[in-house]
Amino acid sequence: MDWINSIVQGVLLGGLYALFAAGLSLIFGVMRLVNIAHGDFIVLAAYLGLTVATTVGLHPLVALVIVVPVMGLIGYVLQRGVLNHTLGDDILPPLLVTFGLSVILQNGLLEIYSADPQKMNAGALETASMNLGGNLNIGWLPLLMFAVSVATIAGLQWLFYRSALGRAFRATSDNQDIAQLMGLNKAHVFGLAMALSLAVVGIAGLFLGIRTSFDPSAGPGRLIFGFEAVIIGGLGNLWGTLAGGIILGISQNIGAQLNPGWQLLAGHLAFLLVLAFRPRGLFPRIDG
Amino acid sequence: MADPFLTVNDLTAYYGDFQALFGITLHVDAGEVVAVIGANGAGKSTLMRSITGLLSNGPDMVCWKGRNIGHLRADQIAQLGIAMVPEGRQLFPSLSVEENLIIGGQAGRKGPWNLEEIFKLFPILEERRKVPSTALSGGQQQMVAIGRALMSNPDILLFDEISLGLAPIIVKSIYEILPSIIGGGTSAIIVEQDIAKALSVSDRIYCLQEGRIALEGPAATVTREAISAAYFGI
Repeated sequence: MDWINSIVQGVLLGGLYALFAAGLSLIFGVMRLVNIAHGDFIVLAAYLGLTVATTVGLHPLVALVIVVPVMGLIGYVLQRGVLNHTLGDDILPPLLVTFGLSVILQNGLLEIYSADPQKMNAGALETASMNLGGNLNIGWLPLLMFAVSVATIAGLQWLFYRSALGRAFRATSDNQDIAQLMGLNKAHVFGLAMALSLAVVGIAGLFLGIRTSFDPSAGPGRLIFGFEAVIIGGLGNLWGTLAGGIILGISQNIGAQLNPGWQLLAGHLAFLLVLAFRPRGLFPRIDG
Repeated sequence: MADPFLTVNDLTAYYGDFQALFGITLHVDAGEVVAVIGANGAGKSTLMRSITGLLSNGPDMVCWKGRNIGHLRADQIAQLGIAMVPEGRQLFPSLSVEENLIIGGQAGRKGPWNLEEIFKLFPILEERRKVPSTALSGGQQQMVAIGRALMSNPDILLFDEISLGLAPIIVKSIYEILPSIIGGGTSAIIVEQDIAKALSVSDRIYCLQEGRIALEGPAATVTREAISAAYFGI
């Protein structure tokens, strides 16, 4: 029963990892941009949620209605004001600029919030669970996070393949020059893609802050989980990203079941195995 | 005489340090079809990219209905009613046939062309509307590329090498359909290497050679010898 429990908990944890990864997958799919500061934006969203929850007195989950649009706005302004100027044939400038952003965000958060770990309080929801027989329990909060993760990815999938905006994303991703000849302003399209990416990051950051403690240096670790989920699932495939997150979560929990110290190592090993045998991921949609 | 739609004044274009165009001057009047011919590397596609804003150019080098558009982005120029059927079709591979057509109307310009009219013009596309554009034959892809440009209800259509890579019978059918597409006041620039085809549908021609205009004149009166001399530089 312990093994089943580990796998179930791993699946639920994978939902959170998929949220970490969805924004990365989205912007890579649209503009081939790798955002090194992605994890730091997750942490920024967690701090924004904490600030909103404590100053306005909202429940952390209700704070989503403020944090998500604010993160979306930050994403749009960041893309239009900074990142669009780095895009081109050379992949190095966006990597360097987002690395610089990562450093700035970490130090900015350190200056404002200090290095003390923080956590958001979701009240009784954090410990509420249902028993599925024996010692198999599922927490309502992890279940809610997983459900929101699936709903978010389903929403992104719908937007990508059923809406005019998604059509613009795919056209711009296919051929930027020709997309412009259709009347699409690629700077605006990229801005919207980054806004969407950081809006999803807003959800991920709040859930991170409710689930575990965080500090200004927690971003790079989330970035690695996000990368691993994207690569395991396959580049540009949103459902693949969910599958990647779940595989990562299950691997970590099985590792922890074997030895508590092996949790992260097991996740990285699963990632390396996929990279070795399926370098384009399990369900690739686009070429790197 | 009809008002000039498009005016290109002393246009120069560069790829890095390489100069591709040297002082090109031409105009296209309302409802006029102009052929731009020339050998590979003569600068025809560069001219198209400059007009559509994909290549930046200097002040007053490209004017549309008397207004300087050289500083505008390609998407802004598209919204003014300048559409291009690019060389090699260049459809969006991740979009279906129908989506490729719909996105052509992104600029939201009013006019006679819509999805139904495109399907009347090319019935085969209606049958294949849901398939990925990559699943089409070359000729069908060219129909989508033309339909996509028409969906913007343009005032001028730029055709860049529409016969390139297509079977002669497909090229023939496309040229047969061209007059019905570019009638009714729509102007066109047809960039072609097939001189006879270009002359058959155009009012005037410009022949480019190594980035310069080597010959211009009415299509009906320019002699084959003059074209050969300008085309090959002999």
